[in-house]
Amino acid sequence: MEPLDSLASIYPESRFSRDAAFQAAFESDGLTVFRAKPRAVVIPESAEEVIQTIRWCHEHAVPFVARGSGTSLSGGSLPVADGIVIALNRLNRILKIDPVERIAVVEPGVVNQHVSDAAASEGLYYAPDPSSQSICTIGGNLAFNSGGAHCLKYGMTSNHVIGCKAVLATGEVVTMGGESLETVGPDFTGLFVGSEGLFGVAIEITLRLLPKPEQFHTVLVGYDSLQAAGDAVSAVIDSGLLPGALEIMDALSIEAAEAAVACGYPPGAAAVLIVELEGPREKIEQERQQLDEILTSTEPFAQRVAVDEADRLFIWKGRKSAFSAVGRLSPDFLVQDGVVPRSRLGEALVRIQQLSAEANIRVANVFHAGDGNLHPLIMFDGSQPGALHRAEELAAKLSRLCIEMGGSITGEHGVGMEKRDFLPEMFDEPTIRMMHRIREAMDPKVIANPGKMFPGKEAPALSKVGLHPLEKAGVISRE
Amino acid sequence: MLHEIKPEQHPPLGQEMADAISTCVHCGFCLAACPTYKELGQEADSPRGRIVLMKEVLEGNLELESALPHIDPCLGCLACEPACPSGVPYRDLISPFRAQSESKRQRSLSQRLTRWMTQFTLPYPKRFRLAAKTGKLAKPLSFLLPRSMRVMLDLLPPRLPKQQDWKENYPAIGNQRARVALLTGCAQSVLDPDINTATIEVLNRNGVEVVVPKNQGCCGALSWHVGNLPQARQFASQNVHAFPEDVDAIVTNAAGCGSGMHEYHLILKGTADEAKAESFRHRVQDVASFLMQLGDLKTPPDLGRTRRIAYHDACHLANAQGVRAEPRNLLRMIPGVELREINDAHLCCGSAGTYNIDQPEIAASLGKQKASNVIATAAEVVATGNIGCMTQLSNHLTKQESGIQVQHTMQVLRDAYLASETE
Ligand SMILES: Cc1cc2nc3c(=O)[nH]c(=O)nc-3n(C[C@H](O)[C@H](O)[C@H](O)COP(=O)(O)OP(=O)(O)OC[C@H]3O[C@@H](n4cnc5c(N)ncnc54)[C@H](O)[C@@H]3O)c2cc1C
Ligand code: SF4
Ligand code: SF4
Repeated sequence: MEPLDSLASIYPESRFSRDAAFQAAFESDGLTVFRAKPRAVVIPESAEEVIQTIRWCHEHAVPFVARGSGTSLSGGSLPVADGIVIALNRLNRILKIDPVERIAVVEPGVVNQHVSDAAASEGLYYAPDPSSQSICTIGGNLAFNSGGAHCLKYGMTSNHVIGCKAVLATGEVVTMGGESLETVGPDFTGLFVGSEGLFGVAIEITLRLLPKPEQFHTVLVGYDSLQAAGDAVSAVIDSGLLPGALEIMDALSIEAAEAAVACGYPPGAAAVLIVELEGPREKIEQERQQLDEILTSTEPFAQRVAVDEADRLFIWKGRKSAFSAVGRLSPDFLVQDGVVPRSRLGEALVRIQQLSAEANIRVANVFHAGDGNLHPLIMFDGSQPGALHRAEELAAKLSRLCIEMGGSITGEHGVGMEKRDFLPEMFDEPTIRMMHRIREAMDPKVIANPGKMFPGKEAPALSKVGLHPLEKAGVISRE
Repeated sequence: MLHEIKPEQHPPLGQEMADAISTCVHCGFCLAACPTYKELGQEADSPRGRIVLMKEVLEGNLELESALPHIDPCLGCLACEPACPSGVPYRDLISPFRAQSESKRQRSLSQRLTRWMTQFTLPYPKRFRLAAKTGKLAKPLSFLLPRSMRVMLDLLPPRLPKQQDWKENYPAIGNQRARVALLTGCAQSVLDPDINTATIEVLNRNGVEVVVPKNQGCCGALSWHVGNLPQARQFASQNVHAFPEDVDAIVTNAAGCGSGMHEYHLILKGTADEAKAESFRHRVQDVASFLMQLGDLKTPPDLGRTRRIAYHDACHLANAQGVRAEPRNLLRMIPGVELREINDAHLCCGSAGTYNIDQPEIAASLGKQKASNVIATAAEVVATGNIGCMTQLSNHLTKQESGIQVQHTMQVLRDAYLASETE
């Protein structure tokens, strides 16, 4: 019997596929410059099936990639050529919502937004809100330690996952953390969060829920320059206010969002800032006055306060559709995810503009200004020879810029396939060796999402530009 | 998304298809809106997955037969379009793709038979009437038929309304404010001719003269959406010539027909009528949208009682034509109406042209969910703007033993106007 047949026997025919259509549909995530065809796709409907699949992979030393909704922007859920894709979308049950303990226990394929929807009747919600929240899964969020606009105040996914049951790449089922915030020993759950699928697959995740803020105060502010918007961010933070969110979009991304959802941002703005205060009514009433004064001193040319919840969501809609909306301005683009110290935000923006002008490549900018997390969107037309190459060169420069400025190559989108070459530039050798040792403790055969995150031996380093050795070997392709 | 499609190899709509694919950035936002993704829970049956599959087929990297099991279940409901921040015109891809793959695909005998039956009868009122009557007689023998044909019979109403013909002209009542030409539709005019009568009445009462061009035919949407380009072209061409130039709008009251006519530029691309089609499609307007634009409408009398009405968004009205607020506003105009929103309103009811016949399982599941959500509104009437949805809703409401009445928005409005005169 061919080994794959024994994997097939775990599943009914309709949920195990080596069909060309499935191989094509799963060949990329949100970063389509990378493509690879998996050997097979499995669609488990129970944790038990996931466990059996991974045990099979371990036994036969076949690599696997867990996949949520495939919205990763760094090639994280790119299949490993000849490996297995485990599509977790049908593991989408919310197992428990406990309004007293304020926790939710969910399967990994549950969509982020659905957690808040299910908790709404209890007056609770799940705070981390990636822009992709309407479709990305909790499993994917956990693997990438995803953030969102409101993570400024509440922290990233890691601050909200308090427990996790996972199948390690060895096939062992382990339990980390639990239903309470206090844990025994080191924070193993925290270690698993952000591991980018390299340790194994999370099959049950315990999340912290928060009470819905009593009141929001959302202000949309237009500025004549990006610099002015950046300065406003510093002014707000320096005042001691801690808004729920502080977001900036530049002229190009405003143009895109406007075209996509007609979000009514101030016309002609070189940048808009979205500030949102949230909390108990009395506190907000007080804080909004303080905010008003600060904002007025930053000399905006337009200002608008959301009049009700619908208006508030409307303002956010522009921001949340910005990435995909840039598809209206350019057939292709690379979404970058660098971090710089917040105090050097203005400087970073100027440098990015310079680099963009030098390369003669348009770069739109959307960012979580409050924590210095930039998302430059590098636009190019992939049908032009060499365009992708030039875009990638610029991306590399931007990543280096972040490192030089004392920041990071990724804020929330993960290292994945795209950024793995930069890891040695960010961490020294002993640190990287430690990372490898930890990984090998969970995955001695290196079968869980291999080739991602580390420029390791199992997949030679991705040359920053030009053909990757795996591409030369015809194993992966990007176009 | 990058692709290697050579548009010239896929005439006449290769460029449109390639452009739609280029616009997709593979972000997955559309997955949240797609009914078949919700039902089937797998990437290949999502809009993003389908776009990739069609791309691969057009590039020559994937066999058509491998892609079809995932393309066929697409409802063509276009819920993926408003959900897409990048503005992918999915309709420019799916229908042309279906049209071009039709000649290349293999179908079983029973599939071909069913397809032939629907396409030979549905677009022709006389044939459809006859077939419907025969079909009713055949109902007791239906267990002998293939599944898809049984479904078809199930959809037939127990009684067909009396045949009805329309005059060529219905003058405005009172001051004439506008003049429109009405598409009477084919299946609709057999299954529920009263929708047209109601539409004419409402328009007339608001000062609109209605002409009913004699030479009009089926709109062609049905043929177009299932990939029968030659038949769609024939109908489209007939209509661009049959409708007069001297009207303010060409008004439709069936969402499917309206959306099909908005796509005449695609259907007729590369034919002698291409230019005519382009100007024609801009004159086509759904009746609800036309009325709201006309404005200053007559308010129906206040009967001093409340009525709970749920409004169901027909996909081909809401997603394809962007008409969402207008019918709701028309209904709100009726004194005493309490408008109820239906949960998961964006989900298709599963009717989608002949989808019921081609994909009975998904259609039934969606129909059931929609009916349950309608029932949960505790409305007395559910109003909508499409005959296909009306049939689907009635069937599934009846199955769930609900007494909620299904009406076209124009029927609700007409009844409201007439109420004072009958009480
Ligand atoms: C338009 C757009 C906007 C975005 N905005 C944001 C944003 O604001 N903030 C942000 O942080 N990200 C954002 N992202 C990136 C992306 O949505 C997140 O990284 C998200 O968490 C990925 O979730 P997913 O379900 O799509 O996971 P996938 O892409 O399917 O997988 C991501 C990674 O998680 C691993 N994985 C998935 N499930 C499991 C599991 N159960 N156990 C172990 N590993 C698993 C995969 O192997 C892969 O490495 C955005 C993406 C897009 C396309
Ligand atoms: S939402 Fe639009 S751009 Fe994103 S995957 Fe779907 S069709 Fe493509
Ligand atoms: S048309 Fe409807 S069924 Fe088809 S892909 Fe779009 S949302 Fe899904």
